[in-house]
Amino acid sequence: MAQVTTRTWSEVRPARKAAIPEGLWLRCPGCSRMVYRRHLEANLQVCPECEFHFRISAMERAKQLADPDSFQPMFIGLTPTDPLQFKDLKSYKDRLVAEQIKTGQLDAIKAGKMFIKGREAMVCCLDLTFMMGSMGSVVGETITRTIEEATRTGLPLVIVSCSGGARMQESGLSLMQMAKTSAALARYDDAGGLFISVLTDPTTGGVTASFAMLGDVILAEPNALIGFAGPRVIQQTIRQELPEGFQRSEFLLKSGLVDRVVARPQLRSELARLIDYAGK
Amino acid sequence: MSRFYQLDFEKPLTELEQMIDAAEIRLKEEMAAAASAAPGSISPAVMTIQAELDDLRRRHTESLAELYTQLGPWETVRVARHPNRPQTREYLNLICRDFAELHGDRRYGDDPAIVTGFGRIGPVKCLIVGHQKGKETQEKIACHFGCAHPEGYRKALAKMKLAEKFGVPVVTLVDTPGAYPGLGAEQRGQAEAIAVNMLEMSRLRTPIVSIVIGEGGSGGALGIAVADRVAMLQHAWYSVISPEGCAAILWKEANEQTNAAAARALKLTARDNLELGIIDEVIPEPLGAAHRDPRAAADHLQRWIVARLQDLKTIPLDRLLDARYERFRRMGSYAEQASPDGLAQTIAGG
Repeated sequence: MAQVTTRTWSEVRPARKAAIPEGLWLRCPGCSRMVYRRHLEANLQVCPECEFHFRISAMERAKQLADPDSFQPMFIGLTPTDPLQFKDLKSYKDRLVAEQIKTGQLDAIKAGKMFIKGREAMVCCLDLTFMMGSMGSVVGETITRTIEEATRTGLPLVIVSCSGGARMQESGLSLMQMAKTSAALARYDDAGGLFISVLTDPTTGGVTASFAMLGDVILAEPNALIGFAGPRVIQQTIRQELPEGFQRSEFLLKSGLVDRVVARPQLRSELARLIDYAGK
Repeated sequence: MSRFYQLDFEKPLTELEQMIDAAEIRLKEEMAAAASAAPGSISPAVMTIQAELDDLRRRHTESLAELYTQLGPWETVRVARHPNRPQTREYLNLICRDFAELHGDRRYGDDPAIVTGFGRIGPVKCLIVGHQKGKETQEKIACHFGCAHPEGYRKALAKMKLAEKFGVPVVTLVDTPGAYPGLGAEQRGQAEAIAVNMLEMSRLRTPIVSIVIGEGGSGGALGIAVADRVAMLQHAWYSVISPEGCAAILWKEANEQTNAAAARALKLTARDNLELGIIDEVIPEPLGAAHRDPRAAADHLQRWIVARLQDLKTIPLDRLLDARYERFRRMGSYAEQASPDGLAQTIAGG
């Protein structure tokens, strides 16, 4: 008699999951429903069922924001070096190469000029896919150059943030990017420029504690994690459960820290109208 | 000599210190005995002990010098956190005359983790801002061990604006493990408070000097350290994250080995920061670090502050602000490729 193998549900489930063809459908982390990828793309990577905002790359963000074919990338040749010869379990040099091959990008940012519903603007988008969007010298320098270009040309400035914070592997030099970008924004402010900061999931650490919170107007995507310290660090410090929705966009709105929570499909028109109100 | 708190790498000194203590007691006894036996004369026993004591002290100084010239990065962090290390209030007592403390941010509260006020350092009237970690348990708790809340950063900025208004230079003393990571701090905008401070300090129309006197923990430090001249005390540290935080993330766990490895990797010592161009100068500490001789440490600190403020006073404000902008503008390390073709090559070539 053939041996009967009994399998538990927990053994079967991963197998069933894997049986779904890669790429065609995916499960929404927000509502656990299956979403057809084409529908998701058409809806700017926002779940049509529950409005969960999927994380997107900098290039995809730039394409979403810009009028068709209007995005002109700038400062594209900036390449990270390894000034500290940093090595943890893996060397920073190897990490960089692996990330560059994985993403096809030199570092965690895209910047340039574009038209948003016909309004010209300088735009930076951070890229979560590259080392968690962390800010080292290249990200700091790119943002600073973009701000300086906006100051020179008088164009409005939009920075879309998503980042784990300052990049540890460049240590003090990463830290100094916080001061550098903030100082550049001071000059842009003196020149009367409009800076709209868009916070997306997740924006934390040294990025939040520098340019991201310095917008004349600060917008946030729904349910984005936004904070200075990470929730785990806070929990370890205060040793109590964090309240529901703590450090999410809606919580920040209630606390008076952001101006508006804007869903991705409305972002373009929201930016355009703010530029009309406050831009030069 | 500080005896009640010992860093483990200072253990070789402990034996010598105990011997010195014992010799001092014997010396006192012998001197008392000799004085009662034959007043006015010098007993040979006293002379022997005196010679022994001199020899012990010399050996102690030599070991101390040897130890402290070879401190590793993780050991430096431990020295920077030494409980007897002088903090802002102690330095204020030592270098500042007639300190008029100013409290509160006029918005939410008064954060004891940041001390602000007018004072005179040498001949210079200035506004002083400094982190206070706290010495006794009560004070430590009130100060959250030097981790400031948003109201601390906002208080600092409000007082710096006063300095700007009245043309008084600003001196900031940095000593924090980092800004406070907590519920209220997040809710009241910790990130915004630090960001605004950096932006406003970059255009504050009065000279600013900053000194990292102990711990320079990340944004919490930089939030009061955007300045025309930045220095570190010899055994202070300054970095984007604490070694423990870095070890926990990149080495997956924080223990003695990984903390030490992280401290080394982060290039957080005064000399490293000087080499990276992040600070302008290193202020020397007395032999065996500031906690062994706060008076001497304070003297070095005071001389540096007075000298730098007198230099900065001679620079016209517009030029000063341009130079301050450039100081931070040039920071960072990156390569630049001329064409997008090079970009493709870099990625393809790995």
